[in-house]
Amino acid sequence: MAKDFGYTISCDRQIDFDKLSRSMYLEVKKAEPSVDACISCGTCAATCTAGQFTDFSLRKFILLLRRGDSLSVIQSIDKCMLCGKCQLVCPMGVNTRGLIYSIQVISRRIECRNRRVVNKM
Amino acid sequence: MKHVLVIGGGVAGMEASVRLSQMGYAVSIVEQSDKLGGKLNRWHSLSPDNSNASDLLGKLKSQIHQGIHKHLNTEVLSVIKNKLHFVVGLSDGTDLKTDAILVSTGFDVFDAQKKEEYGYGIYDNVITSADLEQIFRDEDELKTTSGTAPKRIGIIHCVGSRDEKAGHTYCSQVCCITAVKQAIEIKEHLPDSEVFCFYMDLRMFGRKFEDIYRDAQVKHGIQFIRGRLSEAFENPDGSVMLKAEDTLLGKPLKMNVDKVILMVGMIASAKTKKIKELLNLQIEDDGFYSIADTHYESTKSSVPGIFVAGACTGPKTIENTINDARAAAIQISEYLKQ
Repeated sequence: MAKDFGYTISCDRQIDFDKLSRSMYLEVKKAEPSVDACISCGTCAATCTAGQFTDFSLRKFILLLRRGDSLSVIQSIDKCMLCGKCQLVCPMGVNTRGLIYSIQVISRRIECRNRRVVNKM
Repeated sequence: MKHVLVIGGGVAGMEASVRLSQMGYAVSIVEQSDKLGGKLNRWHSLSPDNSNASDLLGKLKSQIHQGIHKHLNTEVLSVIKNKLHFVVGLSDGTDLKTDAILVSTGFDVFDAQKKEEYGYGIYDNVITSADLEQIFRDEDELKTTSGTAPKRIGIIHCVGSRDEKAGHTYCSQVCCITAVKQAIEIKEHLPDSEVFCFYMDLRMFGRKFEDIYRDAQVKHGIQFIRGRLSEAFENPDGSVMLKAEDTLLGKPLKMNVDKVILMVGMIASAKTKKIKELLNLQIEDDGFYSIADTHYESTKSSVPGIFVAGACTGPKTIENTINDARAAAIQISEYLKQ
């Protein structure tokens, strides 16, 4: 067990645009172009059943992808049950259900890719 | 024939002069600079239709006929109010007897150097929205100081507006749409560049403004980050590091950009302060002229016979400035018929 020295090292919370890569957002955008219309209003997150019990928020995930923080999204995207309520309420006409599905597919692809890299090591 | 003196030959002054002249009044315009048109002379294209500023200027100028007396390079030196009229002394030696005065002293562009932390005038790659219009107007390319095309550009909203420290707590109205317009123009000139807008709220109040904002995201891939720029630092290579909070994610953010464009707001003009003293007009805390009634008499000043139009009564779009000028012409005509 690690010894308690009375302090911890905090992770850097800063979004650093020069280090993060937006490639996953571009991939998602290719699969579901309507994502570009999102204005971060939060209507989807407010109506989301999963969001009542977990930190699932589509608004936040779109932003995280836009900022290049794909990992947080990959870890949480499967909490969605694809009920599609968010699509009913989106004022910008984003195909939210299709978007989440695309993010799930792309996440799985990225995970497989990463596993293969790990297996080779 | 009754006479109206118009102080300030910008958009409001020109339009009101033409309308008053059409109504049969003798009109004189006093303009401090060597040409009519005010700030429109320095702008390239206008929202929301991207029309040329010079086309609108030409349209306004073409209506200014010989019957309207122009006093260019001229200042108002003195005003004496008699029972029936005003006697106005001009710096070109003219003494005018006028029945009514229209003040259209416009606005000044906020001096971005006052927001020291943004580095305007200190870092070479920080420019203002007005500078960018000048670049487009001169058909120059947007370049970094080392002569390369900028790959990443940061556009900063609300510079000098909604800022108690800068002395201007109000919203300047036009900067949000100008930012989006300029962002699209940059993307059209430099399709491979990335453009980021840092905003607090996007105030897309006008007709078609929201559509332009949507196009900016969907068609042009412009990215919007909700968070006010806190500070900017110059890197050794001349690029600029921006620090803000991404307030929608609740995380601090940093980004290196090759060019920064500050969306400078509108402030009450120096001329407004000067004319206020000469005419005993009232101004409000924001520095703009008081008006008799916000809804119903927006072009009447606190002094009978003196009227106000355009951005001297608060930030306005050109559309609203022209409407204001026409409203003033009607209000002056009503006053002169009494």
